[in-house]
Amino acid sequence: MDTMHCYHCGLTIQDKDVLVFEEKEFCCNGCKTVYEIFRQNDLTCYYDFQAAPGATPTDINGKYDFLTDATIVSKLLEFEEASTHIVSLYLPHIHCSSCIWILENLHKLHPGIGSAQVNFPAKKVRISFDPQQISLKALVELLCSIGYEPYISLENYEGEKHKIDRSLIYKIGVAFFSFGNIMLLSFPEYFEVEEFWINQYRGFFRWLIFFLSLPPLLYSASGYYVSAWKSIRAKMLNIEIPIALGIIVMFVRSTVDIVMDYGQGFFDSMCGLIFFMLLGKLFQQKTYNFLSFERDYKSYFPIAVTKISPNGTEEPVQVYAIEKGDRLLIRNQELIPVDGILISEKAAIDYSFVTGEAVPIEKKSGDKIYAGGKQLGKVIEMEVLFSVSQSYLTQLWSNDVFQKKLHSKHKNITDRISHYFTPALLLLALVSFGYWIFLDTDTAFNVFTAILIVACPCALALTAPFTLGNVLRILGRQQLYLKNAQVIEQMAQVDTIVFDKTGTITTNKKTAITYEGSPLDAHELWLLKNTLRGSNHPLSRRLYEYLPAQEKATVTHFEEVTGKGVFATVEGHAVKLGSSQFLQHLSENTHKKTKVHVEIDGVYKGSYVFNNQYREGLEALFERLSASYHLVVLSGDNDGERKILEKMLPAGTSLVFNQKPEAKLAYIEALQQEGKNVMMVGDGLNDAGALAQSNVGLSISENVNVFSPACDGILDASQFSKIGYFLQYARNAMKIIYMSFAISLLYNVVGLTYAVTGNLLPIVAAIIMPLSTITIVSFVTLMSNAYARERFFQTKKTVKNAA
Amino acid sequence: MSVIYFLISISIVVAVFFLVAFIKAVQSGQYDDDYTPSVRMLFDDEIINTTKNKNQLNITEEKQ
Repeated sequence: MDTMHCYHCGLTIQDKDVLVFEEKEFCCNGCKTVYEIFRQNDLTCYYDFQAAPGATPTDINGKYDFLTDATIVSKLLEFEEASTHIVSLYLPHIHCSSCIWILENLHKLHPGIGSAQVNFPAKKVRISFDPQQISLKALVELLCSIGYEPYISLENYEGEKHKIDRSLIYKIGVAFFSFGNIMLLSFPEYFEVEEFWINQYRGFFRWLIFFLSLPPLLYSASGYYVSAWKSIRAKMLNIEIPIALGIIVMFVRSTVDIVMDYGQGFFDSMCGLIFFMLLGKLFQQKTYNFLSFERDYKSYFPIAVTKISPNGTEEPVQVYAIEKGDRLLIRNQELIPVDGILISEKAAIDYSFVTGEAVPIEKKSGDKIYAGGKQLGKVIEMEVLFSVSQSYLTQLWSNDVFQKKLHSKHKNITDRISHYFTPALLLLALVSFGYWIFLDTDTAFNVFTAILIVACPCALALTAPFTLGNVLRILGRQQLYLKNAQVIEQMAQVDTIVFDKTGTITTNKKTAITYEGSPLDAHELWLLKNTLRGSNHPLSRRLYEYLPAQEKATVTHFEEVTGKGVFATVEGHAVKLGSSQFLQHLSENTHKKTKVHVEIDGVYKGSYVFNNQYREGLEALFERLSASYHLVVLSGDNDGERKILEKMLPAGTSLVFNQKPEAKLAYIEALQQEGKNVMMVGDGLNDAGALAQSNVGLSISENVNVFSPACDGILDASQFSKIGYFLQYARNAMKIIYMSFAISLLYNVVGLTYAVTGNLLPIVAAIIMPLSTITIVSFVTLMSNAYARERFFQTKKTVKNAA
Repeated sequence: MSVIYFLISISIVVAVFFLVAFIKAVQSGQYDDDYTPSVRMLFDDEIINTTKNKNQLNITEEKQ
């Protein structure tokens, strides 16, 4: 059978649910509507750049009402004038060239929109519009209606417009300017032609070079002096010390050389060195700007909520303006921003955001409800108990572990090497100086400075950033996004891996459904499917998708009891679905499993059991990992699945159940105190403490734009089975770094033999330095790509074997 | 021979001019997003193309 895919969003369509419009298949009305909008406005080439680029528009009913509040709007606007407003919106859906095209043609959809410019890497669009023709709210709703829902959060609201730091680019520009000009001006002297005119102009050339070298020395390299000074004060020997020392010594020695007319000096090498090192820094900076890890819980919170004032009117207020005793209106799918008391009769609250549990919890009037829950179903009213900063979620997040963002406990590899390298270098310089001083004072100074110059560890300093930067990029392409390069080093040292259960080793998306009870015939299935059609409960939706497609029937009576079940009359038959309580049917151990019971015409039929489904490749992954790692599965759930897990996972895997978020954190801490390097693989906010505490916190996400900010890396859920490979690759990356350290030390040894014997010519320095840099950079790039490819072939093989 | 002073001064001035131009260009923000423009430049005429294609389609349909 051919699987059909939605023309707009690419979703696989169940056979009978397909909507056909202009010979194109759509999965839902939302997608069809978007297509119609584009069709009417002649924008259908949206679909030409990329197949199925769209997203289903979400229901935003009332969600953006807060955009009518003038103070909120003016905070969000970038530029404000009578006839022009400019706003920058973050649209997480931006992912392909079609997105750029449609957003930049936004003015075709509404005359009030002037222009729109997309910044693809930042997933932002900057729109200028005429507020008299289209309000910000209308603009946002227009974007939502075509499937590009913007992400507006407290972060946008609070954040001052931070300036983009471009100083590194300026520094590189200045360094390159000086480097290029100095190289050209140095050429005559490289060849040491003792011609009359050269001798005549020598002074002019040298002093010109001297002045040209000042901007890189004073401006471009300034970062190195600062960092070296800081590390001296912190009594640590980092790699910046020999670099800064090398640069300064080079400059002083060269100046002495030209003042005393000893030679041309090393200005060319100095500028080249600064230029290459800054280039390495830029590379490091550029490799990683896909996701911003600088978010905190605030970015999940809405900016404003609807407050009901004492006289009964509804008005949007900012989250921070909420006070104790206020009454709030929470709509379907809205996040509860503060702890409070439920006023409405009933509510079903989905705490999956906080606890990871997908089944909504029913609350009655007077119950306490906590921040972070999502209301499902009807509109509810609540009374606020605390201000935002005092609520449960905020407290969870302000736990100490989140505060120490700086991993001071871990020294990076370059610093560890330089811990030995720097003293050794200084010792060598002093010893040679001491030796030569008895023979010849002039040479002694020459040798001393030459050693510091030639050993200036630029290749050493570039090795780690280049290797790790390249590895980051390669991993990013395979949908593992790491926070920074240091995470790779830590990944290489991991010896214990802790997995969360719900949402991590099980998928949230597909849940395997089994049926228990007396078998249902076709007629009964037909009744069931039609009953489910009207229900919006997550379990109903899942069951609805699971059941085979049926013809439509008229539902004469339909009643949904929130949190309990559904009661409906379909073509004269009474159908009752829901919890055992609702059906008044007593069954054993109901709390161990998620079940939907079925009753037709007063006769109990049986129940659908929702089993957590484990991710693909889970068994193979654990099998592979168990050889070299200690594995733990931590779960917040009860131990209903212990037996299945014990069977599936290799012996020696520890299984721990009933762990609250705090307990998970404590468990990781205990492991670390035993001297283990722990990697935590979790999924969300409820693991946040554990993710932050662990040496490497990896968050598994179905949607990489929604993730826990406490983690060190985000792995796309589809790549879950590759965790073993990623760990291996991290180890190989460290191997590459050690190898290239060896190479760069080799260069240093060669250079030092010249230096120690007092024969370092400027031209030798000018050749050795860039050469070592280039060798190192190309070596690490080639090697890290080679290791990545090696694995690619391996998986191909395994795929073949499996087939 | 003093022409060498003159030539080198000119070459330095030209180089400084380019350095300043580069810094101005960076300042204006045109290097902040180095991906989108590369895609954007391929768009311009697309709308005309599709309408053309559709016309052609219509014609072929009519022929049939």
